[in-house]
Amino acid sequence: MQNEEKIKIGWFSFSCCEDNTVVMTEVLNDHWQEWKKIFDFRHVRVLKSKNIFDEFDIAFIEGAVASSKQEEEIKDIRSRSKKLVAVGSCAVVGLPAGQRNTFDEEQNQHISFLVTKFGAAPKVKKVSEVVKVDVEIPGCPMSPQMFLEKVNALVAELRPTT
Amino acid sequence: MHTFDLSMEHITKIEGNASIKLKVKDGKVTNVKFATEEYKRFFTEAMKGKSLVAIPAHLARICGTCSNSHIMCSIEACENALGIIPSPQTKILRTLMMHGLMIRDHALHLYLFSMPDIFGKDAFLDFDESDPAQHQLLHDGFGVKSAGNFLATLIAGRSVHATLPVIGGFLKFPDEAGVTEAIEKLKNIRPAVLRLIEIFKNAPFHFDRKTKYIALVPKDTFGYINGIIETSSGKKFEEKDFRSHLEQTVIPYSQAVGYTYQGEGYMVGSLARINLAKNKLHPKTLESAAEVLKLFPSTDIFYNNLAQAIEILHSIDEATDLLSNNKFVPETPIKVEAKAGAVGIGVIEAPRGTLYHKIVLGDDGKVSNGEVVVPTGQNQINIERDVGVLVQSLIEKPEYADNSEETKNKITLKIEKLIRAYDPCMSCAAHFLKVEWE
Repeated sequence: MQNEEKIKIGWFSFSCCEDNTVVMTEVLNDHWQEWKKIFDFRHVRVLKSKNIFDEFDIAFIEGAVASSKQEEEIKDIRSRSKKLVAVGSCAVVGLPAGQRNTFDEEQNQHISFLVTKFGAAPKVKKVSEVVKVDVEIPGCPMSPQMFLEKVNALVAELRPTT
Repeated sequence: MHTFDLSMEHITKIEGNASIKLKVKDGKVTNVKFATEEYKRFFTEAMKGKSLVAIPAHLARICGTCSNSHIMCSIEACENALGIIPSPQTKILRTLMMHGLMIRDHALHLYLFSMPDIFGKDAFLDFDESDPAQHQLLHDGFGVKSAGNFLATLIAGRSVHATLPVIGGFLKFPDEAGVTEAIEKLKNIRPAVLRLIEIFKNAPFHFDRKTKYIALVPKDTFGYINGIIETSSGKKFEEKDFRSHLEQTVIPYSQAVGYTYQGEGYMVGSLARINLAKNKLHPKTLESAAEVLKLFPSTDIFYNNLAQAIEILHSIDEATDLLSNNKFVPETPIKVEAKAGAVGIGVIEAPRGTLYHKIVLGDDGKVSNGEVVVPTGQNQINIERDVGVLVQSLIEKPEYADNSEETKNKITLKIEKLIRAYDPCMSCAAHFLKVEWE
């Protein structure tokens, strides 16, 4: 496939442990040769340094949204992406990264100064509370099989002749 | 004379988000701030009120790449709190779980993050498949990662957030077919790891600043779960006393906490482990890596990469033996009975260094408090000091004498490589997304 025909991939991590990033790098073990041919890894910090932030065919979002700054970043990514995929539990349901949403009064007293000091939002959000999500891949971490199924379906939709 | 501020946001490929800012005034580096940019997720606060049995899986979610080491450390802390002594088979399975983790995690760092620097590439996937040597390395890299992933999955259920290890034992046991396949895979990747050791032995990067280092040193065989804490100055202390020797330092500009030992920064990780315990490596590893092991002990931080490669070899050799010489049979995990007021401490060696968990139970038998000290928190102060010394040494050289963009970019790249050698774990990464010069 010519470079301009490749599917442009963005992979973005927000508030989480990046377990899905690790799973993705493990899926690469068996699929790297095939993916090199069809994907343009345009902005994937775990794989490269010269990342390009312009437009994406598929943007994967991992992690919950913990601040207004992150909210703006995700909106920006959405505006540049044909398909937006929420991967993993923190992105899909907001937990466990957003566990402070469930804290009682005493726990909140312990953490509130740190939430304020570093400019975090009062409530942690799942991705679909901020932008339209096209595909959700739940799990903590996501299952490699479901990830492959969803990715293959998106490839078939975006490049029917591939 | 140099006067500038350097600010790098989003250090990527270092397990999450970190940034670095430094000031240079009249040719002197005056301030270096290496800060964790991850928003706090409050795992220790969220422990409170939970049942003990939920804690290992809960704390695993601190970190994606080394989640299984958090599970291991938490299980150890919980078992110490309850006085549970694991069975001999459980101990073997845990050793195997740690070997799977080390192979997978170190391989990710060495092949995907660090090796592109050596070959002048942006990414591991940019290696040229038509070049025989680079073609070989591509297949080596994904093959080694895959074998580690297979071993971790066989023993622990998953290589990320393992499902089978619990307080008191395991929930499922490897079958014969899986064991045979794992042995085969491990034997197959051994030549690749010997090539890996050779590459990092000959890597052209070096940075040596004398520093203290600390690691958990096992009594017998090189390993990651039990032992005595040792320091480079010869001090020894028990696992339970580890935390009392560290001084916690609040880093006001970072969402992380730093630690010092006897008032100074120190280093943890593969380099510290190989420095302190290289003679305890598996006999086959000692034989195959005999020449390269003469380079240790060392405080050249770039030899942390080499030490990781040697640890992969040790994990292959010991895991192959353990899988070949043991039959695994179903065992019911030891029953967990919470004890009011119990306190437990776990100390293990995670891929990036010494990991500490403490758990405290309240009168109701639920968790009332806890503490976690992670390797990167311990390395953070050393990273800052190293970056300061590195930049100072660079700007004193004639070729870095001007304030041009090209010079700044060259300094930035040097800083990146240095930080990457520490393999910091803010969210698994290795390149800087964005570099801003003010």
